[in-house]
Amino acid sequence: MAEQPELSQADYRRRSRRSLLTGGAAAAAGLLGWRWVQTQPADNRIPGVLRNGHEFNENLWSALFRENHQAASFPRSDASILRVNGRIGIREEIDLANWQLDVIGPEGNNLGQHTLADIQALPFHDMTIEHKCIEGWSQVTTWGGARFSDFLGLYQDQLPDNISHVQLDTPDGDYYVSVDIATMRHNQTLLAYQMLDQPLDDAHGAPLRLATPIKYGIKQIKRIGRIQFLQTRGADYWGERGYDWYAGL
Amino acid sequence: MHWINFPLITIMIWSGLRIYWAEDVYAFGIGSWEWFHWFPDWFYESLDLDRRLARGLAFHLNFAWLFAINGLVFGIYTWRSGEWRELVPSRNGLRNAWGVLLHDLRLRKQAPPKRGRYNEAQRITYSLVIGLGALALISGFAIYKPTQLSFLTWALGGYGSARLIHFCVTIAFMAFFVIHILQVARAGWQNLTSMVTGYELQPEPSNAPVDPDGTDPAQTILVEAEAQNG
Repeated sequence: MAEQPELSQADYRRRSRRSLLTGGAAAAAGLLGWRWVQTQPADNRIPGVLRNGHEFNENLWSALFRENHQAASFPRSDASILRVNGRIGIREEIDLANWQLDVIGPEGNNLGQHTLADIQALPFHDMTIEHKCIEGWSQVTTWGGARFSDFLGLYQDQLPDNISHVQLDTPDGDYYVSVDIATMRHNQTLLAYQMLDQPLDDAHGAPLRLATPIKYGIKQIKRIGRIQFLQTRGADYWGERGYDWYAGL
Repeated sequence: MHWINFPLITIMIWSGLRIYWAEDVYAFGIGSWEWFHWFPDWFYESLDLDRRLARGLAFHLNFAWLFAINGLVFGIYTWRSGEWRELVPSRNGLRNAWGVLLHDLRLRKQAPPKRGRYNEAQRITYSLVIGLGALALISGFAIYKPTQLSFLTWALGGYGSARLIHFCVTIAFMAFFVIHILQVARAGWQNLTSMVTGYELQPEPSNAPVDPDGTDPAQTILVEAEAQNG
């Protein structure tokens, strides 16, 4: 409770002046700090200090990442055809019959090539999950395909132990994403070739796309043409345009 | 802490609006009839905001930590210093607060009795706002990491519902801002200085014990006021 110290007018004035000066200094410092953040040299289109903040968040959340944390599943009846939000990298028509997937090692060395039949030969999994867009919308849909971890198994012997990221590109190279290996190993990360039990259509990334509920849609690249295993963070289309490289959920 | 909150929440709302704008779907209405869309174009225009989602996210997700830390320090301070006693509403608080509301709206002459530093309407409002800050953080984390922190998302009724809650919290904060600032302006300059200095100059009440020497006519009583500075 308020004790009521008795103070003279002069005392009150002195206190007020001191508070005013402290408050003024604090406000000025705040304003300068704000200007400082805004005028920082840009790192991939956002002020450098905010990029450092994104990296701090990335370190924190990848340390807290638990493989057994599963994104929520939904009843199949909730699923619908996913809204189409981006066509970068899939604008040109391709001949699906001649599509193939190139697999490349950390040194840029060719490791292998696959047809869709190779991917379909891996164990089939499907999931009904909530797809989340970084813009804020979300929608329940059903993906079907092979787990990336099973695909990784084909190459485990040829790869060094310290693979940290996987970079995936569209055949024309216009769209590309870099995803951390922990996410790629997660059992809800699929090389998907089906949506709602039907083969993918062009707008949804035929013939093969990435589907994972633990990343935003920007990471779930359509029409994969090339997969490269990396020991460092790779190039990322939206990361280079001001977004967070991690984009994990 | 109070004064750190003001710029922080402003930054959070400013960057949050840029995020929300990328998918501004909330509206009041029935069926396809829309009465009010959050937000109308003039609102964004008057704030001179541009559509820059990436920048909005970069500010929002980094300044959120400062907001969280400040909130934590505020919470601990309020608890340890006993200041929380000034904030907890009393049992018949609602009725008293109704009286305060009528008085403030000039519908009632007599102000209801006040216990301590704040009246009951203030106690209820300030307690709710602290709860609102906590809810902003909880719903924020629920939409930030819905898989890693899935229990939060689940507790708020899922991702879509957590996003709506987070949005409503923002609107509530904006409403509080407007009313809070109006009330402070109404309360006058002395009150504002007390919010900064932590002390308020009050005219000596006539029934106060007379100063034994009675020599200093300028003697005033300084009461600890809204000590929210720092």
